[in-house]
Amino acid sequence: MNSVFGAAARSVRALTALSRLTQPGGGAACSRLLCSAEGQKSLEEMVKKDKVVVFMKGTPAQPMCGFSNAVVQILRMHGVDNYAAYNVLDDQDLRQGVKTFSNWPTIPQVFFNGEFVGGCDILLQMHQSGDLVEELEKLGIRSALLDAEKEQ
Amino acid sequence: MLSSVRSASLTFALSRQLSRFGPSMEPGGTRPVESAIRTKLTQALQPKHLEVLNESHMHAVPPGSESHFRVLVVSPHFDGLSLLQRHRLVNEALKEELSSCVHALAIQAKTPQQWSSDPKLAKSPPCLGGSKHDNTMAEKLKAGQS
Repeated sequence: MNSVFGAAARSVRALTALSRLTQPGGGAACSRLLCSAEGQKSLEEMVKKDKVVVFMKGTPAQPMCGFSNAVVQILRMHGVDNYAAYNVLDDQDLRQGVKTFSNWPTIPQVFFNGEFVGGCDILLQMHQSGDLVEELEKLGIRSALLDAEKEQ
Repeated sequence: MLSSVRSASLTFALSRQLSRFGPSMEPGGTRPVESAIRTKLTQALQPKHLEVLNESHMHAVPPGSESHFRVLVVSPHFDGLSLLQRHRLVNEALKEELSSCVHALAIQAKTPQQWSSDPKLAKSPPCLGGSKHDNTMAEKLKAGQS
């Protein structure tokens, strides 16, 4: 997980440096970095690189927010351990950039196959309704809850 | 003279009642962010049922903050819409608050039918202190006070 974050952070920083060279500074509060066209493209790549992508506060091993933790716990319940998790507390540009990218004002944010799914509330309701098992199946991920049911 | 005394005591009684429902505020204190949320959601979605809860006291922010909210909106506007579409409608209505002082917004968006078959308010997970490590919180809290 750390190596995924590290690699993503490095590519984000590289693109950041590049966009600083090619664009004039100020203007709107989010004119630089990940809100620039290059930055948004970089986010597009980030969310498409892995089947399940989560932007959260903290890390899956150490979430720093109850809502982010809820997302981690739900995914864990379904046996989804192999996903990309990006810690927005480490990077304010990432934090603002992803909000612009998904047009969603809060963190955590969950993406399946590059498509924005929602935040903690939506993931929780999908889990409760059984929709999450179906959505994971579409990604080619078999929910651990199906095996748990079988055992019963 | 008598009518002004009566209206003053009514205001006092009302504010005492209201203060039971949220975190402790100064007597007769206003909750501008909560009011704004209530007004905007009412205008945008004509809810059959609306609950706006200030959950700031559950988080690592000073007492009296209006930074973390939970809303339950029951509206026929949500008929036929996905969860994501419903939540986007709520976010849109509260765009101003979300870009200034509201740091977290938990949403339950139900149709009247869904609400009558399951009238349950969801609970927020325990805080893990994220706001303590968040250097943008100071700005947001200031925005809430202006």
